[in-house]
Amino acid sequence: MTMPSTSTQAEWPLWEVFVRPKAGLDHKHCGSLHAADAALAVQLARDVYTRRQEGVSVWVVRSSDITASDPGDKAMYFDPMADKVYRHPTFYELPAALDHM
Amino acid sequence: MYTQAMDLAPKDERAALRSVEDAQLETRFEARIAQGDFIEAKDWMPEHYRKTLVRQISQHAHSEIVGMLPEGNWLTRAPTLKRKTIALAKVQDEAGHGLYLYAAAETLGTSRDQMFEALHSGRAKYSSIFNYPTLSWADMGVIGWLVDGAAIMNQVPLTRCSYAPYARAMVRICREESFHQRQGFESLLVMMKDGTAAQQAMVQESVNRWWWPSLMMFGPPDADSPNTAQSMRWGIKRLSNDELRQKFVDACVDQAGVLGVSLPDPELKWNEARGQHDFGAIDWAEFWRVVGGHGPCNTERLAARVAAWDDGAWVREAATVHAQKQALLEQAA
Repeated sequence: MTMPSTSTQAEWPLWEVFVRPKAGLDHKHCGSLHAADAALAVQLARDVYTRRQEGVSVWVVRSSDITASDPGDKAMYFDPMADKVYRHPTFYELPAALDHM
Repeated sequence: MYTQAMDLAPKDERAALRSVEDAQLETRFEARIAQGDFIEAKDWMPEHYRKTLVRQISQHAHSEIVGMLPEGNWLTRAPTLKRKTIALAKVQDEAGHGLYLYAAAETLGTSRDQMFEALHSGRAKYSSIFNYPTLSWADMGVIGWLVDGAAIMNQVPLTRCSYAPYARAMVRICREESFHQRQGFESLLVMMKDGTAAQQAMVQESVNRWWWPSLMMFGPPDADSPNTAQSMRWGIKRLSNDELRQKFVDACVDQAGVLGVSLPDPELKWNEARGQHDFGAIDWAEFWRVVGGHGPCNTERLAARVAAWDDGAWVREAATVHAQKQALLEQAA
Protein backbone atom coordinates (compact mmCIF):
# COMPACT_ATOMS: atom_id res chain seq x y z
CA MET A 1 0.00 0.00 0.00
CA THR A 2 1.43 3.39 -0.93
CA MET A 3 0.92 6.15 1.59
CA PRO A 4 -0.34 9.44 0.19
CA SER A 5 2.33 12.07 0.60
CA THR A 6 1.80 14.47 3.46
CA SER A 7 3.40 17.60 4.71
CA THR A 8 3.21 19.44 7.99
CA GLN A 9 2.12 22.48 6.01
CA ALA A 10 -1.13 20.76 5.03
CA GLU A 11 -3.94 22.11 7.17
CA TRP A 12 -6.27 19.74 8.96
CA PRO A 13 -9.75 19.95 7.44
CA LEU A 14 -12.44 22.18 8.96
CA TRP A 15 -15.34 20.68 10.93
CA GLU A 16 -18.59 22.28 12.09
CA VAL A 17 -19.52 21.53 15.68
CA PHE A 18 -23.08 21.02 16.97
CA VAL A 19 -23.82 20.68 20.67
CA ARG A 20 -26.97 19.43 22.41
CA PRO A 21 -27.17 21.63 25.52
CA LYS A 22 -29.25 19.13 27.46
CA ALA A 23 -31.39 16.07 26.95
CA GLY A 24 -34.58 16.88 25.05
CA LEU A 25 -33.16 19.85 23.14
CA ASP A 26 -31.87 20.05 19.56
CA HIS A 27 -28.21 20.05 18.66
CA LYS A 28 -27.24 23.62 17.92
CA HIS A 29 -24.39 24.89 15.78
CA CYS A 30 -21.78 26.46 18.02
CA GLY A 31 -18.65 26.90 15.91
CA SER A 32 -15.96 25.15 13.96
CA LEU A 33 -12.49 23.70 14.40
CA HIS A 34 -9.70 21.94 12.53
CA ALA A 35 -9.04 18.23 13.10
CA ALA A 36 -7.34 15.42 11.22
CA ASP A 37 -10.35 13.08 11.44
CA ALA A 38 -13.81 12.71 12.96
CA ALA A 39 -12.65 11.07 16.18
CA LEU A 40 -10.15 13.84 16.83
CA ALA A 41 -12.77 16.45 15.92
CA VAL A 42 -15.14 15.11 18.59
CA GLN A 43 -12.35 15.11 21.15
CA LEU A 44 -11.30 18.67 20.32
CA ALA A 45 -14.92 19.86 20.22
CA ARG A 46 -15.28 18.68 23.81
CA ASP A 47 -12.25 20.73 24.89
CA VAL A 48 -13.01 23.83 22.84
CA TYR A 49 -16.81 24.10 23.16
CA THR A 50 -17.90 22.31 26.35
CA ARG A 51 -15.52 23.37 29.12
CA ARG A 52 -18.43 24.41 31.35
CA GLN A 53 -21.05 21.73 30.90
CA GLU A 54 -22.45 23.43 27.81
CA GLY A 55 -23.55 20.11 26.39
CA VAL A 56 -24.37 16.43 26.75
CA SER A 57 -23.76 15.43 23.13
CA VAL A 58 -21.58 16.62 20.26
CA TRP A 59 -21.94 16.22 16.49
CA VAL A 60 -19.19 17.11 14.07
CA VAL A 61 -19.49 17.29 10.30
CA ARG A 62 -16.93 18.20 7.67
CA SER A 63 -17.63 21.82 6.66
CA SER A 64 -17.11 20.85 3.02
CA ASP A 65 -20.02 18.38 3.31
CA ILE A 66 -22.58 21.07 4.12
CA THR A 67 -24.81 22.34 1.33
CA ALA A 68 -26.34 25.71 2.10
CA SER A 69 -28.88 27.95 0.44
CA ASP A 70 -27.38 30.81 -1.51
CA PRO A 71 -27.60 34.10 0.42
CA GLY A 72 -28.09 35.80 -2.96
CA ASP A 73 -31.34 33.86 -3.34
CA LYS A 74 -32.65 34.93 0.04
CA ALA A 75 -35.41 37.11 -1.37
CA MET A 76 -36.56 34.52 -3.89
CA TYR A 77 -36.48 31.71 -1.32
CA PHE A 78 -37.90 33.25 1.80
CA ASP A 79 -39.70 36.52 1.11
CA PRO A 80 -42.71 34.91 -0.67
CA MET A 81 -43.69 33.51 2.74
CA ALA A 82 -44.00 37.04 4.13
CA ASP A 83 -47.44 37.63 2.55
CA LYS A 84 -48.91 34.24 3.47
CA VAL A 85 -50.37 35.39 6.73
CA TYR A 86 -53.16 32.80 6.43
CA ARG A 87 -50.57 30.18 7.37
CA HIS A 88 -50.59 31.52 10.92
CA PRO A 89 -53.33 30.71 13.45
CA THR A 90 -53.62 34.39 14.42
CA PHE A 91 -54.99 35.16 10.92
CA TYR A 92 -58.36 33.70 11.90
CA GLU A 93 -60.71 35.79 14.01
CA LEU A 94 -63.04 33.58 15.92
CA PRO A 95 -65.85 34.29 18.41
CA ALA A 96 -64.66 35.08 21.93
CA ALA A 97 -66.36 31.94 23.17
CA LEU A 98 -63.69 29.96 21.32
CA ASP A 99 -60.88 32.02 22.82
CA HIS A 100 -58.59 29.13 23.48
CA MET A 101 -58.94 27.27 20.19
CA MET B 1 -9.23 41.46 24.18
CA TYR B 2 -7.19 43.60 22.22
CA THR B 3 -8.40 45.61 19.34
CA GLN B 4 -5.20 47.64 19.23
CA ALA B 5 -4.52 46.00 15.89
CA MET B 6 -6.85 48.30 14.04
CA ASP B 7 -5.19 51.40 15.36
CA LEU B 8 -1.73 50.28 14.38
CA ALA B 9 -2.50 49.84 10.73
CA PRO B 10 -1.88 52.73 8.37
CA LYS B 11 -4.97 54.59 7.28
CA ASP B 12 -6.72 52.48 4.71
CA GLU B 13 -8.03 54.07 1.59
CA ARG B 14 -11.25 52.72 0.17
CA ALA B 15 -10.74 50.78 -3.00
CA ALA B 16 -12.11 52.43 -6.11
CA LEU B 17 -15.49 51.08 -7.15
CA ARG B 18 -15.16 49.02 -10.27
CA SER B 19 -18.69 48.85 -11.61
CA VAL B 20 -22.26 50.03 -11.27
CA GLU B 21 -23.12 46.70 -9.71
CA ASP B 22 -20.43 47.14 -7.04
CA ALA B 23 -21.77 50.59 -6.27
CA GLN B 24 -25.30 49.21 -5.83
CA LEU B 25 -24.06 46.39 -3.62
CA GLU B 26 -22.12 48.81 -1.48
CA THR B 27 -25.11 51.12 -1.10
CA ARG B 28 -27.25 48.17 -0.03
CA PHE B 29 -24.53 47.02 2.39
CA GLU B 30 -24.24 50.48 3.97
CA ALA B 31 -28.02 50.58 4.36
CA ARG B 32 -28.04 47.21 6.13
CA ILE B 33 -25.33 48.38 8.52
CA ALA B 34 -27.18 51.64 9.13
CA GLN B 35 -30.32 49.79 10.20
CA GLY B 36 -28.35 47.55 12.54
CA ASP B 37 -28.39 44.35 10.48
CA PHE B 38 -25.81 41.64 11.08
CA ILE B 39 -23.55 40.62 8.21
CA GLU B 40 -22.93 36.89 7.72
CA ALA B 41 -19.91 35.22 6.10
CA LYS B 42 -21.53 34.58 2.72
CA ASP B 43 -23.12 38.03 2.42
CA TRP B 44 -21.62 40.56 0.03
CA MET B 45 -19.28 42.96 1.79
CA PRO B 46 -16.84 45.65 0.62
CA GLU B 47 -13.26 44.42 0.35
CA HIS B 48 -12.15 47.03 2.85
CA TYR B 49 -14.66 45.80 5.47
CA ARG B 50 -13.40 42.24 4.95
CA LYS B 51 -9.75 43.30 5.24
CA THR B 52 -10.36 45.33 8.38
CA LEU B 53 -12.13 42.42 10.04
CA VAL B 54 -9.51 39.85 9.08
CA ARG B 55 -6.87 42.08 10.58
CA GLN B 56 -8.79 42.77 13.77
CA ILE B 57 -10.09 39.24 14.41
CA SER B 58 -6.82 37.47 13.61
CA GLN B 59 -4.81 39.82 15.78
CA HIS B 60 -7.36 39.43 18.53
CA ALA B 61 -6.85 35.66 18.21
CA HIS B 62 -3.06 36.04 18.32
CA SER B 63 -3.43 38.08 21.51
CA GLU B 64 -5.39 35.30 23.19
CA ILE B 65 -2.80 32.72 22.19
CA VAL B 66 0.26 34.78 23.15
CA GLY B 67 -1.67 35.79 26.28
CA MET B 68 -1.24 32.26 27.60
CA LEU B 69 2.51 32.76 27.94
CA PRO B 70 2.80 35.32 30.76
CA GLU B 71 0.48 33.23 32.94
CA GLY B 72 2.06 29.97 31.88
CA ASN B 73 5.09 31.25 33.75
CA TRP B 74 3.28 30.64 37.08
CA LEU B 75 1.37 27.42 36.40
CA THR B 76 3.96 25.22 38.10
CA ARG B 77 4.62 27.73 40.85
CA ALA B 78 1.10 28.58 42.02
CA PRO B 79 1.04 28.70 45.84
CA THR B 80 -1.77 26.16 46.32
CA LEU B 81 -3.47 23.38 44.39
CA LYS B 82 -6.63 25.50 44.29
CA ARG B 83 -4.83 28.41 42.62
CA LYS B 84 -3.11 26.05 40.23
CA THR B 85 -6.37 24.48 39.01
CA ILE B 86 -7.86 27.97 38.59
CA ALA B 87 -4.81 29.13 36.62
CA LEU B 88 -4.93 26.05 34.40
CA ALA B 89 -8.61 26.60 33.66
CA LYS B 90 -7.95 30.23 32.81
CA VAL B 91 -5.05 29.48 30.48
CA GLN B 92 -7.13 26.77 28.80
CA ASP B 93 -9.87 29.37 28.27
CA GLU B 94 -7.38 31.69 26.56
CA ALA B 95 -6.52 28.89 24.14
CA GLY B 96 -10.23 28.35 23.53
CA HIS B 97 -10.78 32.06 22.90
CA GLY B 98 -7.96 32.04 20.37
CA LEU B 99 -9.59 29.10 18.59
CA TYR B 100 -13.08 30.67 18.49
CA LEU B 101 -11.53 33.77 16.98
CA TYR B 102 -9.33 32.03 14.42
CA ALA B 103 -12.45 30.17 13.26
CA ALA B 104 -14.37 33.46 12.98
CA ALA B 105 -11.54 34.99 10.92
CA GLU B 106 -11.48 31.96 8.63
CA THR B 107 -15.09 32.60 7.63
CA LEU B 108 -13.74 35.69 5.84
CA GLY B 109 -11.55 33.61 3.56
CA THR B 110 -8.17 33.60 5.27
CA SER B 111 -6.61 30.27 6.28
CA ARG B 112 -5.37 29.20 9.68
CA ASP B 113 -1.89 28.61 8.28
CA GLN B 114 -1.78 32.09 6.76
CA MET B 115 -2.62 33.58 10.14
CA PHE B 116 -0.03 31.49 11.96
CA GLU B 117 2.55 32.41 9.37
CA ALA B 118 1.77 36.10 9.88
CA LEU B 119 2.20 35.72 13.65
CA HIS B 120 5.33 33.60 13.52
CA SER B 121 7.08 35.80 10.98
CA GLY B 122 6.45 38.83 13.20
CA ARG B 123 4.25 40.55 10.60
CA ALA B 124 1.07 40.32 12.65
CA LYS B 125 0.74 42.16 15.93
CA TYR B 126 -0.83 41.11 19.20
CA SER B 127 -1.71 43.18 22.23
CA SER B 128 1.27 45.08 23.64
CA ILE B 129 0.38 44.01 27.19
CA PHE B 130 1.74 40.48 26.73
CA ASN B 131 5.25 41.76 26.13
CA TYR B 132 5.58 42.53 29.84
CA PRO B 133 7.00 39.90 32.22
CA THR B 134 5.14 38.25 35.13
CA LEU B 135 7.65 38.75 37.93
CA SER B 136 5.65 37.84 41.04
CA TRP B 137 2.66 35.71 42.01
CA ALA B 138 0.67 38.90 42.52
CA ASP B 139 1.02 39.53 38.77
CA MET B 140 -1.37 36.62 38.19
CA GLY B 141 -4.05 38.36 40.24
CA VAL B 142 -3.35 41.77 38.74
CA ILE B 143 -3.55 40.40 35.21
CA GLY B 144 -6.99 39.01 36.04
CA TRP B 145 -8.16 42.23 37.63
CA LEU B 146 -6.64 44.90 35.36
CA VAL B 147 -5.66 43.20 32.10
CA ASP B 148 -8.77 41.02 31.83
CA GLY B 149 -10.81 43.90 33.23
CA ALA B 150 -9.58 46.12 30.39
CA ALA B 151 -10.23 43.29 27.95
CA ILE B 152 -13.85 42.95 29.12
CA MET B 153 -14.36 46.70 28.76
CA ASN B 154 -13.10 46.36 25.20
CA GLN B 155 -14.91 43.16 24.33
CA VAL B 156 -18.42 43.69 25.63
CA PRO B 157 -19.24 46.26 22.90
CA LEU B 158 -17.86 43.79 20.33
CA THR B 159 -20.70 41.36 21.10
CA ARG B 160 -22.75 43.82 19.01
CA CYS B 161 -20.23 43.94 16.18
CA SER B 162 -21.89 44.07 12.76
CA TYR B 163 -20.00 40.96 11.62
CA ALA B 164 -22.06 38.15 13.12
CA PRO B 165 -19.46 35.33 13.39
CA TYR B 166 -17.20 37.71 15.35
CA ALA B 167 -20.09 38.91 17.52
CA ARG B 168 -21.07 35.31 18.32
CA ALA B 169 -17.50 34.42 19.31
CA MET B 170 -17.41 37.50 21.53
CA VAL B 171 -20.59 36.49 23.35
CA ARG B 172 -18.98 33.21 24.36
CA ILE B 173 -15.69 34.87 25.25
CA CYS B 174 -17.28 37.55 27.42
CA ARG B 175 -19.17 34.94 29.40
CA GLU B 176 -15.89 33.21 30.25
CA GLU B 177 -13.83 36.36 30.73
CA SER B 178 -15.87 37.35 33.76
CA PHE B 179 -14.43 34.33 35.61
CA HIS B 180 -10.94 35.55 34.73
CA GLN B 181 -11.44 38.97 36.23
CA ARG B 182 -13.20 37.75 39.36
CA GLN B 183 -10.66 35.04 40.18
CA GLY B 184 -7.86 37.60 39.82
CA PHE B 185 -9.51 40.16 42.04
CA GLU B 186 -10.34 37.54 44.64
CA SER B 187 -6.78 36.24 44.81
CA LEU B 188 -5.56 39.80 45.40
CA LEU B 189 -8.26 40.37 48.00
CA VAL B 190 -7.08 37.31 49.95
CA MET B 191 -3.55 38.70 50.04
CA MET B 192 -4.65 42.22 50.97
CA LYS B 193 -7.06 41.10 53.73
CA ASP B 194 -5.30 38.08 55.21
CA GLY B 195 -1.76 38.35 53.85
CA THR B 196 1.48 39.41 55.49
CA ALA B 197 2.91 42.89 55.04
CA ALA B 198 5.31 41.44 52.47
CA GLN B 199 2.43 39.94 50.47
CA GLN B 200 0.52 43.21 50.56
CA ALA B 201 3.61 45.05 49.35
CA MET B 202 3.94 42.48 46.55
CA VAL B 203 0.38 43.26 45.41
CA GLN B 204 1.01 47.01 45.44
CA GLU B 205 4.28 46.62 43.53
CA SER B 206 2.49 44.56 40.90
CA VAL B 207 -0.33 47.10 40.55
CA ASN B 208 2.29 49.81 40.08
CA ARG B 209 3.89 47.90 37.21
CA TRP B 210 0.68 46.90 35.39
CA TRP B 211 -1.46 50.03 35.73
CA TRP B 212 -0.03 52.07 32.87
CA PRO B 213 0.42 49.19 30.40
CA SER B 214 -3.23 48.28 31.12
CA LEU B 215 -4.35 51.78 30.13
CA MET B 216 -2.35 51.40 26.91
CA MET B 217 -4.38 48.31 26.02
CA PHE B 218 -7.15 50.55 24.71
CA GLY B 219 -4.82 51.78 22.00
CA PRO B 220 -3.61 55.26 21.08
CA PRO B 221 -5.71 58.39 21.74
CA ASP B 222 -8.64 58.87 19.38
CA ALA B 223 -6.79 61.65 17.55
CA ASP B 224 -4.06 59.15 16.58
CA SER B 225 -6.39 56.31 15.63
CA PRO B 226 -6.91 56.87 11.91
CA ASN B 227 -9.26 53.94 11.26
CA THR B 228 -11.62 54.45 14.19
CA ALA B 229 -14.16 56.58 12.34
CA GLN B 230 -14.68 54.09 9.50
CA SER B 231 -14.80 51.15 11.93
CA MET B 232 -17.41 52.89 14.02
CA ARG B 233 -19.50 53.70 10.96
CA TRP B 234 -19.37 50.04 10.01
CA GLY B 235 -20.30 48.85 13.46
CA ILE B 236 -17.03 46.97 13.89
CA LYS B 237 -16.12 49.22 16.76
CA ARG B 238 -18.80 50.67 19.04
CA LEU B 239 -16.89 52.92 21.45
CA SER B 240 -13.69 54.86 20.86
CA ASN B 241 -10.35 54.12 22.55
CA ASP B 242 -10.57 57.13 24.83
CA GLU B 243 -14.19 56.45 25.83
CA LEU B 244 -13.32 52.88 26.82
CA ARG B 245 -10.18 53.97 28.66
CA GLN B 246 -12.17 56.50 30.68
CA LYS B 247 -14.79 53.90 31.62
CA PHE B 248 -11.99 51.58 32.73
CA VAL B 249 -10.28 54.20 34.92
CA ASP B 250 -13.59 55.12 36.56
CA ALA B 251 -14.35 51.46 37.33
CA CYS B 252 -10.88 50.72 38.67
CA VAL B 253 -10.76 53.57 41.19
CA ASP B 254 -13.58 52.06 43.24
CA GLN B 255 -12.21 48.54 42.87
CA ALA B 256 -8.77 49.68 44.08
CA GLY B 257 -10.51 51.17 47.10
CA VAL B 258 -12.16 47.84 47.95
CA LEU B 259 -8.82 46.12 47.54
CA GLY B 260 -6.90 48.67 49.60
CA VAL B 261 -4.25 49.44 46.98
CA SER B 262 -3.34 52.77 45.45
CA LEU B 263 -3.12 53.44 41.72
CA PRO B 264 0.27 54.88 40.72
CA ASP B 265 -0.94 58.19 39.29
CA PRO B 266 -0.63 61.38 41.38
CA GLU B 267 -2.91 63.20 38.92
CA LEU B 268 -5.75 60.75 39.29
CA LYS B 269 -8.71 62.55 40.85
CA TRP B 270 -12.46 62.93 40.56
CA ASN B 271 -13.61 65.73 38.29
CA GLU B 272 -16.97 66.88 39.55
CA ALA B 273 -17.75 68.90 36.43
CA ARG B 274 -17.10 65.99 34.05
CA GLY B 275 -18.51 63.36 36.35
CA GLN B 276 -15.42 61.29 35.57
CA HIS B 277 -11.87 60.91 36.82
CA ASP B 278 -9.00 62.94 35.43
CA PHE B 279 -5.80 61.00 35.04
CA GLY B 280 -2.16 61.62 34.16
CA ALA B 281 -0.52 61.51 30.74
CA ILE B 282 0.22 58.08 29.29
CA ASP B 283 3.77 57.45 28.08
CA TRP B 284 2.92 56.82 24.42
CA ALA B 285 6.61 56.57 23.55
CA GLU B 286 6.71 53.40 25.67
CA PHE B 287 3.59 52.08 23.93
CA TRP B 288 5.06 52.56 20.46
CA ARG B 289 8.36 51.07 21.62
CA VAL B 290 6.63 47.89 22.83
CA VAL B 291 4.41 47.68 19.76
CA GLY B 292 7.46 48.18 17.59
CA GLY B 293 9.07 45.04 19.00
CA HIS B 294 11.21 46.52 21.77
CA GLY B 295 9.20 45.67 24.89
CA PRO B 296 10.74 43.60 27.68
CA CYS B 297 9.55 40.23 26.31
CA ASN B 298 8.74 40.61 22.58
CA THR B 299 11.53 38.31 21.44
CA GLU B 300 10.85 35.72 24.12
CA ARG B 301 7.09 35.59 23.41
CA LEU B 302 7.47 35.13 19.68
CA ALA B 303 10.22 32.54 20.13
CA ALA B 304 7.96 30.56 22.48
CA ARG B 305 5.12 30.55 19.93
CA VAL B 306 7.37 29.50 17.08
CA ALA B 307 8.93 26.74 19.21
CA ALA B 308 5.46 25.46 20.21
CA TRP B 309 4.42 25.35 16.54
CA ASP B 310 7.63 23.64 15.39
CA ASP B 311 7.69 21.17 18.28
CA GLY B 312 4.11 20.20 17.49
CA ALA B 313 4.82 19.49 13.83
CA TRP B 314 5.31 15.75 14.32
CA VAL B 315 1.98 15.49 16.19
CA ARG B 316 0.07 17.25 13.42
CA GLU B 317 1.81 15.12 10.83
CA ALA B 318 1.17 11.87 12.69
CA ALA B 319 -2.53 12.67 13.11
CA THR B 320 -2.83 13.48 9.41
CA VAL B 321 -1.13 10.25 8.35
CA HIS B 322 -3.26 8.25 10.79
CA ALA B 323 -6.42 9.79 9.34
CA GLN B 324 -5.31 8.99 5.80
CA LYS B 325 -4.49 5.42 6.79
CA GLN B 326 -7.89 4.95 8.43
CA ALA B 327 -9.62 6.35 5.34
CA LEU B 328 -7.75 3.89 3.10
CA LEU B 329 -8.59 0.96 5.38
CA GLU B 330 -12.24 1.96 5.30
CA GLN B 331 -12.16 2.14 1.50
CA ALA B 332 -10.57 -1.29 1.30
CA ALA B 333 -13.13 -2.86 3.65
